[in-house]
Parts: sequence; structure tokens; C-alpha cells
Amino acid sequence: MFVASLGKSVLDGIGALGRLGTFSFQSLANIQSGGGLPARLVRSTFEIGVRCLPVITIVAAFSGLVLGLQGHYVLSRFGASEMLGTLVSLSLCRELAPVLAAIMLAGQAGTSLAAELGIQRSTEQIDAFELMGISAEGFLVGPRLLVAAFVVPALTSLFTLVGVAGGWLSGCVLLHQDANSYWAAVHQAVQPRDVFECLIKALVFGILTVALCSFQGFYSHRLGEAGARSVGAATVRGVVFSSIAVLVADYLITSILV
Amino acid sequence: MTQTDPLPCTKQTGSPTPPLLELRSIQKSFGSKEVLKDVSFEVPQGGIVSILGRSGTGKSVLLRCVVGLYRPDHGQILYGGQDVAEPGPRAALRQASSYVFQQNALFDTATVLENMLLPLQARGDLRPAEQLTKARELLRRMELEEAASRYPAQLSGGMQKRLAVARALVTDPAMVFFDEPTAGLDPIRRNAVFEMIARLQKERGFTAVVVTHDVQEALIVSSRIVWLDAGRVLFSGTAREFEAQNAPEFCEFRDNLESLRQSLRSLSAVV
Repeated sequence: MFVASLGKSVLDGIGALGRLGTFSFQSLANIQSGGGLPARLVRSTFEIGVRCLPVITIVAAFSGLVLGLQGHYVLSRFGASEMLGTLVSLSLCRELAPVLAAIMLAGQAGTSLAAELGIQRSTEQIDAFELMGISAEGFLVGPRLLVAAFVVPALTSLFTLVGVAGGWLSGCVLLHQDANSYWAAVHQAVQPRDVFECLIKALVFGILTVALCSFQGFYSHRLGEAGARSVGAATVRGVVFSSIAVLVADYLITSILV
Repeated sequence: MTQTDPLPCTKQTGSPTPPLLELRSIQKSFGSKEVLKDVSFEVPQGGIVSILGRSGTGKSVLLRCVVGLYRPDHGQILYGGQDVAEPGPRAALRQASSYVFQQNALFDTATVLENMLLPLQARGDLRPAEQLTKARELLRRMELEEAASRYPAQLSGGMQKRLAVARALVTDPAMVFFDEPTAGLDPIRRNAVFEMIARLQKERGFTAVVVTHDVQEALIVSSRIVWLDAGRVLFSGTAREFEAQNAPEFCEFRDNLESLRQSLRSLSAVV
């Protein structure tokens, strides 16, 4: 009984992954459907990039501040406080910035995306696209996926820079550590492969988050709920699934790249 | 006669020209709920065909089956003699038809003008300047030109309905499906919507298939009536034939309407 239900869950999971892959592929393959692509790209850049800037900046600043604070006290115990720049920059670049930026993206743009598509589904707008011969996936989701591939790495880079500055603020300005040794450590620590790892994670996490939230909103009518409840359910599932997916993908990418 | 027995006049007498749309034994279930049991009727070219019936009798499901939003479990839908289950005829039906949704389904992130342009852009058979001219011309005729740069949510209910109809007509379709076009409208607006459908149908010559509860208005504007009850066609014929029906199901419906009218008259006399 247990084995059968486990097997069914695994098969369902594989099926869902396949549907998500097909959905993402169709979205990108039909991105031109319905015309007006430049305007849709600009709108998607605003939604995913500009709207997420404040939350990304705030979270990055406080992540850096906390890292600087904790790092200072921990490293001081071992007489290695000059390593603070190394700790802050590598932690942010390789792990915290891609993961936290993606989770903030899910919270800000992902919820909005899932809710918008869910409402468009429940008000028959997606059916209207289909009847007009426009690929709703391509028109509504394609530009967002494409934009996520460029904007999320940019947001993650910004997160890293603001976070490192936050570390400097708490470690050097507030706790009076030597600023020159902090920046020298940052400069020495961060290697091109670290930046590559940061960007590749940001790219994967960004696409995963946007694809999962869009998928949940687009197929909200299949969640067994109706109307406003289906939109709510799609939004929650979008954020929860994309957050879990980001952490799982983080482990997989790290294990490959380390 | 049981409620689900087809009436004698449900048999098609055979149109002189082949029907534009033909439904043969359509069945559709959702889980264990059988919504459409055995629906067959024909839609001749031109005119207005109204599909009537109580709420929950499967009228909208039937329309969604015809345009391919739902797949029937059984039966055939022929457009111009071709089965729309095949990709080619289905594409031909979609190319030649438009659909006005019950809740309008206007694209809320697009302006009124963009809503009009999208179907034209999807077809791609006109140059952008021609698309713009055509969209603006139809907006002017539907008295929506002033609202071109507004978003659907900023329009009144009547304007939204007019925009939904204008968007459906902008591609000059041969066939237009209206799903409950008067749902949620007051009696004055209801009449205006039916008047608009009848006027546009005459001007443009498309074939209209209208799903509605409004028996009186439908009888006035329709060339043919299809009466659906519990997922079966109880009647299919002309409006005049329908009015001549004395079957209990229709009499009950007409009696209810008459009783409502009398109540309203007495109420207005009191006020």
C-alpha cells in the first residue's frame, strides 16, 4: 500500500515536471503569438525588474548588515576578523544572493503573476485568447520567462553588491573594523567562478520561479477550487512550490559546481 | 410524454441548403454528471439561432463544445460538412467565427483599442495601419471611440458588452456565438443587446448562435429556436413553430412569464 502510494506520488511528480517543461517550452516557442512583443517585454521588465527593486535592495542591505555583525563576532573569537570581507562576499555571491533574491522574486512578482493569470483564467480571458488563435502561453507567459532570464541575474548582482556594502556598514562603520582590509578581502575572495555560480543560479532560479508561478496561475482551474478560491490557491502554490524548487535546485547546482 | 422525450417537431425537416453547422448526438459528462445527453440540431446559414432553456441545462457547455473549448465525449460537430474534431476544420471554424463570452472576457491589461486590435493582429492579414483604421471605425460605430484609450474596468457594464461584441465582429466573422449576452443586465439593457445583435446580424450577414434565458426577446429576433432541457433537445424549429407548441414544458415556462408580468403590473398599480 505504502509502496503503491509512494510510486504514484513519484509518477505524479514526474508528470507535473513534464507538464511544467512543456508549458515553459510552448511559452517561449510561441512568444511572438499575438504580436506587440516589444511592448510586452517592456511591461514584463517593469513587473519583474523594477517592481522587485525596492524589496531586493532592502533585503540585501539587511542581509549584509546581519552577516557583517555575526561575522565580526564569530571571526573575532578566532582572531580572524580581517576575513570578514571574504565571509560576507562569498556567502552572498555563492548562496545568499541567488536564493534570497529568488524567494523575494516569488513573493513580489510570482504572487502577482499567479494571481493575474488565475484571474484571467477564471474570467475566461485565456479561453478568449485560444479562440482568437493566439497562444495564451506565448502571449502572457513567454515574455515574462525571457525577461526573467536577464533580469533576475541583474537583480541578484545588485543584491550581492548591496549586501557587501551592508557588511561594510556593520563591520567597518558600526564596529570599527578596518575598511581597507575588508575591501581587500572582498577583492581577493571573489573569483570569476564564484560570479559564474552566482549568475547561473540566478538564471535557473529566476526561470524556475516565473515558470512555476505562471503554471499555477494558468492552470488554476484544475486545482479543484473555483473563482477567487482558485486564484488564492494558485498564488499560494506558486510561492510555496517555487521556494522549495529554488532550494532543491540550489543544492543540485552547488553539488555540481563545487 | 416524459420531460426528456423529444417533441415531434424536433426532427429536422431538412434545409434546402446544407447547414452551416450540424451537431450529431453530442454527449458530454463532467465526472458522473451527464450534462449533454444526446444533442442534435442544425444551424442554417444566416439568421439568428437561439438556444433556450433553464439554468444548468448545458447550454453554455454545448457552445463551448462547438468551439472546441470542451471536447465532447461522443458525437460529431460538422462545420460546412467537415468534422471539427479534425485540426483542419477546427481551425477553419475558429478562423470564421467569433465568441462573445458571458462575462465578456475582455483583456483587462489591454486598453479598449488594444482589445480590438488583438484579433486582427492574430490573423495578420491586414497591415498595422489598416488594422488601426478598422478597429477605430468599428469603435466609432459602437459609440466607443471616446473610450479607446481606457481600460475595460473603467467602462460601464453596457459599454463592456458593446466592446465584447465589437471585438467579436472586428474580424468580419461568418458566425458569431453569444453566450448569455444579457446575463446580469436590466430589462432595458437586455432589449438593447438583442436589438444590437439583430441589427448587426442584418447589416453584416453573419450567422448568430445565441445562448439565452430570455425567451421573449429570443422569440422576437430569432429565425430558429432550439430548446434544451436536462441535456436534451426538446424542440428545434422556427420561432413561430415554437410559439404554437402546447407541450407542458413550454406552457409552464410561458405561464411563469405571464404570471410574473401580471405581478409586476399589479405592483406598479399599487406604487
